[in-house]
Amino acid sequence: MDWQFTEDRPIWQQLTDQLALRILKGEYPPGERLPGVRELAAQAGVNPNTMQRAMAQLEADGLAVGSRTAGRTVTQDVTVIEAAAKARARTAVRVCLETLEELGCGGEAALVLVKEELHHE
Amino acid sequence: MNETLVACTALTKRYGNKTALRGVDLELGRGRIVGLLGPNGSGKTTLIKILCGLLQPTEGAVLVDGQPVGPYTKSIISYLPDRMYFADWMKATDLFDLFADFYGDFDRTRAMTMCASLGVTPSDRLKSMSKGTKEKVQLVLVMARKAQLYLLDEPIAGVDPAARDFILNTILTNYNEEGTVLISTHLISDIEKVLDEAVFLKDGQITLHDTVDNIREREGKSVDALFREIFRAPNFEGGAF
Repeated sequence: MDWQFTEDRPIWQQLTDQLALRILKGEYPPGERLPGVRELAAQAGVNPNTMQRAMAQLEADGLAVGSRTAGRTVTQDVTVIEAAAKARARTAVRVCLETLEELGCGGEAALVLVKEELHHE
Repeated sequence: MNETLVACTALTKRYGNKTALRGVDLELGRGRIVGLLGPNGSGKTTLIKILCGLLQPTEGAVLVDGQPVGPYTKSIISYLPDRMYFADWMKATDLFDLFADFYGDFDRTRAMTMCASLGVTPSDRLKSMSKGTKEKVQLVLVMARKAQLYLLDEPIAGVDPAARDFILNTILTNYNEEGTVLISTHLISDIEKVLDEAVFLKDGQITLHDTVDNIREREGKSVDALFREIFRAPNFEGGAF
């Protein structure tokens, strides 16, 4: 997976988002050791200090666990990961609903559309 | 060891009646990658040349690691000039010998490894190399030193975008962690994501010095976008033909 950055937000926040997504998707499974800051920074082509800040935020969010000697690992606590995944899904739904609202298909109409789309597949 | 690596106070430089720097105050800490950003003729190269002792300021003072510019500061500064200054009959290996002789912190093994990863054959003569390859050799010479301050004057201007990424990566993976890297450029979008801090230079004065994160957070736009806004050339008002 490639790293992508948009113009409007600090890069470390975008890094945190993308790292978190990898954890939620299971690309980095629970308990697995995460690559080192320098290695990830080189991969993403960003400053190591920026990556350090992103990783610190992952820890603060409870998705990663740091240890002095062994680097960082993905949390073993699956409930934390599930909760984070759910929160992200909710955000995605909210964004989708806002778009539908702007198009004039809010409320029940949105629900109908979603059902239609589901049956379609 | 001083916390502040570079301290400039009220730095002014005049060339005859042309003023290149006017009262620049600048402090740089350690372990950062700092972008020195400004349009052509804003004083970037002048500032860098003063830091490495090639130019004398007209007024003001510079301290590097607490010392005035002199033999000590030169020993801890690794400088990449904006143009090539080596004789073209030399081979890269000759230059390695020269640097090993001049600088105690030059790591020859490291230089050879970097050449290999950049696809440079160190036994080739400079005159047989392309412009981009020569720039890579210069970069190897500069980054293979374990310096405290790296001054890179337009390191990516002359190479293609693919080589640009490669060069930035070389800088990122090779700089000494306690060291600070000052990169002057006007190609901001290419280097924005590797920078900790940005210094905007306009007409010889510093108009902004902040972390890239703060700038993005406060302005809601990239440093590149902000730069274009601040330095946008006024519309040409020549009227119709």
